Amino acid sequence: MRVLGWVDERLGVASMARKGLRKVFPDHWSFLLGEVALFCFVILVATGTFLTLFYRPDSVPVIYEGPYAPLRGQEVSAAYESVMRISFEVRSGLVMRQVHHWAALVFIAAIVVHAMRIFFTGAFRKPRELNWMIGVALLLLSLGMGFTGYSLPDDLLSGTGLRIAYSVLISVPLVGPYLAFLAFGGEFPTEGIISRLFVMHVMLLPGLIIALIGAHLAILARQKHAQFPGGRADQRNVVGKPFWPGQVFKSVGLLLITGSVLSFMGGLIQINPVWDYGPFDPTVVSAPAQPDWYIGWLEGALRLFPPLDISIFGILIPSPFIPGVVMPGVAFGLMAVWPFVEARLTGDRDEHHLLNRPRDVPVRTGIGVAAFLFFLILTLAGGNDVMAIMFDVQIEAVTNVLRLAVFLVPALGGLIAHRMAVQLQGTGLGPGPPRTVRLRRNPRGGFDDHP
Amino acid sequence: MRPERVVAVSFALSVLASIGLAVLYAAGGEPQLEGALLGVALGGLGLGVVVWATRLLHEDEVVEERPVLRSDAARDATEETLADEELTRRSLLVRLLVGAGASLAAALAIPALSLGPRPGQSLFRTQWTKGKRLVDVDGNAVTPDMVQAGAVQTVFPEGEVGSADAQTLLLRVDPARLQLPDGREEWAPDGVVGFSKICTHAGCPVGLYRAESHELLCPCHQSTFDVLRGAEPNFGPADRPLPQLPIQIDDEGYLVAGGDFSEPVGPGFWNLEQDEGEDEAS
Repeated sequence: MRVLGWVDERLGVASMARKGLRKVFPDHWSFLLGEVALFCFVILVATGTFLTLFYRPDSVPVIYEGPYAPLRGQEVSAAYESVMRISFEVRSGLVMRQVHHWAALVFIAAIVVHAMRIFFTGAFRKPRELNWMIGVALLLLSLGMGFTGYSLPDDLLSGTGLRIAYSVLISVPLVGPYLAFLAFGGEFPTEGIISRLFVMHVMLLPGLIIALIGAHLAILARQKHAQFPGGRADQRNVVGKPFWPGQVFKSVGLLLITGSVLSFMGGLIQINPVWDYGPFDPTVVSAPAQPDWYIGWLEGALRLFPPLDISIFGILIPSPFIPGVVMPGVAFGLMAVWPFVEARLTGDRDEHHLLNRPRDVPVRTGIGVAAFLFFLILTLAGGNDVMAIMFDVQIEAVTNVLRLAVFLVPALGGLIAHRMAVQLQGTGLGPGPPRTVRLRRNPRGGFDDHP
Repeated sequence: MRPERVVAVSFALSVLASIGLAVLYAAGGEPQLEGALLGVALGGLGLGVVVWATRLLHEDEVVEERPVLRSDAARDATEETLADEELTRRSLLVRLLVGAGASLAAALAIPALSLGPRPGQSLFRTQWTKGKRLVDVDGNAVTPDMVQAGAVQTVFPEGEVGSADAQTLLLRVDPARLQLPDGREEWAPDGVVGFSKICTHAGCPVGLYRAESHELLCPCHQSTFDVLRGAEPNFGPADRPLPQLPIQIDDEGYLVAGGDFSEPVGPGFWNLEQDEGEDEAS
């Protein structure tokens, strides 16, 4: 180990490294969800760097002359043309592009499931409120990453998404038109928007995400993992396996397997075929049109909201404002401050290092299930036109049913979840905390309970 | 199979797949195979490492003490250090320092205004002016007999084909069934009507037409507009009708605009109803 010696003589890291290698990780599968998100991000940076070297963030019109015959001779933007080149001419380009897109979808899904684990087990309670809020910020930044990346190919579908974003921005009372003109550089569609989105997507947002991931992990290392009760686990310790070698092997294995699954998906399952959508044209739209899954809830909210342009003292509040700005603001704001709301409601301001099972806190579990169902119904509503086609019913009927369901289903689901949690508490069903008793050999050769 | 063998086979598969990737690349590449081989190369390595960790490493559970996070003594000492008397004594200077910092931050933020123009009148106006001819996507001027009942076509002001702002839907309906708002009696010669193609909800092109019910439908959020009632919304989140383009026929028999749209086009904004009618010079 001459390298370690060399480094230690200069940086004095040996004792820190030893401590780090001995760090204890509680062994539970649900603790790997955050790691999946982290590894997706690693894969996104790797594939994204490759794509950046070929992509042109420029909306200047060019004539497409590549190998995809149906588009040959058509005027497209340089950005769209470069994405076509990545897909059809750059060797390995299509796989990289598709792995990148799939990794983005799995990235946000992993963050959401990870956040749900943290929520339902109460891991956000003191002293972990800060890390919960950083996590919410990471979720929002990831949504921003997803949306900006989705818009870069400058195809018909993503252009429609940008147009809706512009319309939501312009709906903000008093400042909307100014905000929209500053963000887009003028009235939609603007030429400069692609290069702005590119800078956001490859520099500002990833920089913020990397910084916040660093803080997220540093705080985790400082506070150490929370853990499920049972066995020798208590408030003052962490029980599990040391970081080296088992946990390192498992985490590296998880990184590789995440990469493997995404590679299979990227190679075998087509995603975002921009050549089918065609280049962006502000006078054309495709139907049915759905965004990537993680924006579905916002799209659904816009679709379900009733036609309500409210006019107060001559100030118009257009109907996209409430579902597009107010609802997300309230939802994510509430999510960010939830640890403090719960502490206020329960009066519980103690430190907690032992996790709850969802059944242990029925009210929280009910609220969490209701919030999840609310977003689920909104996401379904983002595909109301697909559902109308699938079930061969009028779009109006689907929308009206969903307008009711978006309130009824979360209310009912939350109540049922609450009831189930209460009832499960009384039964021995499910993985209750294993009861262990520590024994001590007594001088007579028998065993005594050791408190 | 013994775990050692599973690990060895996994690693070997990974090596083979990696070699395969290089060969495939040299041979010209093929997306499906590339993805599958990359999947095997990464997956073999990953599986081997995980099986190694779970089956061959026999680690005992260890218990680590959790550090106490709060430290009252250190906190008090830190507070004392921060509240240095040399600083707290000069409260006026401290306040000025904060004020100067805030002013500087505001001054530094001002160049962000260069990011876009002021909206001015641009949201209230399109390129339609009185007498401008209606042309189709190929730039050909449109005559009334080119407008078929039951169909919908997109037209633009002459010289502005592809305009995002001025794009207009042109339809022909039975004049007897047309119930336009008051004052628009002359806007639809022979039942030829024009409406802004930009949805008043979120700005998508209103691309679909249900001819049997005379409804325009926006594919983005499914707002529907009743053509016979001046494109009043029937359903969906849109609350304002599609602005109507006054249409006339010029001396040579071509369709021309009688002026700009009846209202500002596109998604709503706060002062939409306060159109001051300033001229377009701005």
